[in-house]
Amino acid sequence: MTEIPSNSQKIKVLLERIWTKVAVSLENSTPQIIAVIAAFLIGAIILLVTGYSPLEAYGTMLFGAFGDIYGIGQTLTQATPILFTALAFVLAFKCGLFNLGAEGQLIIGGFFAAVVGISFAGLPIFLHLPFAVLAGAFGGAIWGLVPAVLKAKLGAHEVITTMMLSYVALYVTSYFVNYPLKAPGPVAQTIPIQPSAELPRLLPVTQLSAAFILSIAAAAATAYLLERTTIGYEVRAIGLNPAAAQNAGINTKKMIVLAMVLSGAIAGIGGAGEILGVHRRFIDGFSPGYGWDGLAVALIGGLNPIGSIVAAILFGAIRSGGISMNVSTGVPLDLITVLQGLVVLFVAAPKIIGYIRKKGGFKWLTSGT
Amino acid sequence: MVNIGDIINAGLFAAALRMATPLIFASIGGLFSERVGVVNIALEGMMLTGAFAGVLATFAIGNPWIGVLASIFAGGLLGFIHAVLTVKFAGNQIVSGTGINLLALGATGYLSQAIWGSRGASQPVQGIDAISIPLLKDVPFLGEVIGTQTPIVYLSILTVILSYVLLFKTPIGLRLRAVGEHPEAADTSGVNVYKTKYLFLILSGMLAGLGGAFLSLAHLNLFVLGMTGGRGFIALAAMILGGWNPVGAFGASFLFGFADAFQMRLQSVAALPSQIILTLPYILTIVVLAIFARKRIAPSDYKPYTKE
Repeated sequence: MTEIPSNSQKIKVLLERIWTKVAVSLENSTPQIIAVIAAFLIGAIILLVTGYSPLEAYGTMLFGAFGDIYGIGQTLTQATPILFTALAFVLAFKCGLFNLGAEGQLIIGGFFAAVVGISFAGLPIFLHLPFAVLAGAFGGAIWGLVPAVLKAKLGAHEVITTMMLSYVALYVTSYFVNYPLKAPGPVAQTIPIQPSAELPRLLPVTQLSAAFILSIAAAAATAYLLERTTIGYEVRAIGLNPAAAQNAGINTKKMIVLAMVLSGAIAGIGGAGEILGVHRRFIDGFSPGYGWDGLAVALIGGLNPIGSIVAAILFGAIRSGGISMNVSTGVPLDLITVLQGLVVLFVAAPKIIGYIRKKGGFKWLTSGT
Repeated sequence: MVNIGDIINAGLFAAALRMATPLIFASIGGLFSERVGVVNIALEGMMLTGAFAGVLATFAIGNPWIGVLASIFAGGLLGFIHAVLTVKFAGNQIVSGTGINLLALGATGYLSQAIWGSRGASQPVQGIDAISIPLLKDVPFLGEVIGTQTPIVYLSILTVILSYVLLFKTPIGLRLRAVGEHPEAADTSGVNVYKTKYLFLILSGMLAGLGGAFLSLAHLNLFVLGMTGGRGFIALAAMILGGWNPVGAFGASFLFGFADAFQMRLQSVAALPSQIILTLPYILTIVVLAIFARKRIAPSDYKPYTKE
């Protein structure tokens, strides 16, 4: 007769399992952790040189991001579009594509969602809201489709075409909210969307909306798609070796188009979430660079959807805490972009971390591994 | 009623040459980098940093030519960083380039706010004035186009010629092309692959920085946040369209410069909103890539080289 484990034993086994998982993923992400720390250290030097106190700046950033419920709400609010654009980057990257156009796909997605959100007054929420979110996905998908087809059919490099399309998205939406769709008043924005298209808010006072839940679901869906489906398998095969994938009978052109369309759609939903959940109208230039945040987050998250969740919250914290830092210490907000650039540079060459370790740097952090 | 002669005239071609100048420098910078086997999408950030450094040095010292030197230096520094990450540490070239672009965008915004107290733009500085070439300026049409321009425009044409000679008529050019095409073969025949890559990546950055100097010291006389507006990527398209050849890059840059000058003119005369007209250079870039991408063969497979 086998012994039935007691509840406390079960919990112990479960906790041990979770701990092993956490320890393994922490160990695997040591390079990314070092990259973030190194970026903040260089940022501290820049702060010192330009006459600011790094302790005060980072202190207000940390407190602003996590100090109270409002801060945490705003951190998760900022993390939401960043997670979407990170997932967009990850999905394309797994197929061997660099989608540098998540910024434009997010903007177009937000615009499409706004147009649907403004129209169709009287539609019930269970129809109007999904319709508006899908419109966002559709807008982003078109902005992903164009570079995908140009790449698959004509060989045009997606790095250039996605960048160019981001500028087009910025100007075209700017035209619409400055002319045909402009709300009365001095600001270049549309009128508010119908209440039936609003994503509900989750925390009073903060702007945290159901878009956050959508972003977590999108991360899970992307992870499932990549790891558990034939499409995901084929996408990854192309990313690893396109020639071998082609020889194995995978229709690489079709998959490239599919991956970029899905990538654009994810970024587009991110834009829809911003418009339907946070701003509730389309505002000219509403994105402070979420597309680029997403790229940094995808890299910090180890190009993995679940890792991206953790990294997105980190970058959401940097953004929301950065605003507090800017208000109370006067440190320019661009420090955020500087930190992003540094993180991306450190992640670009994982060997640089090994080099720093060999030279004896970060011993206190890496002695255990 | 818009008169077509008000838009298309010698003045438009002169403006096209001016708007082509930053693209000429950057696309030639890009082709040096790619000819030694490294993709350089950091041209955008190198130009932006060059534009900023030029204004900062001119602001501090008062001489725009010192500013130009600062631009070249700043661009070269970023070229060096790109080389360290992609050559020494064999990092991902696109990721490294994106990191440099982000760093450039953030650092120039941060510093312009720290120095001038305004995130959007610097204070105006003394720019580089146009000069007239005697005799040439009196030639009909041609004189109007190239007779009176800023010295940086003339420098860009000189750069085209020198780069062409360097690439195709000298032993150095032979070696640098070999490094991109067949690094193993270049190595066995005694070429220092790493050193060549470093050297030409730094040169690539210097040229892009110089392109930035044109924007902030000859075109506007001040630094504006994000003033390169994607020109680094348009320069990459010009490089591809030009077949990784300096003369071709010049022609392609002129085409894009023409589109830029044309949209500026259109804005002042046409009834179309500026936002729509502003998309023209970007759409043209996409169209050009779509037509020519397959017709051009890259000079390298851009794989990081590790010595056996």
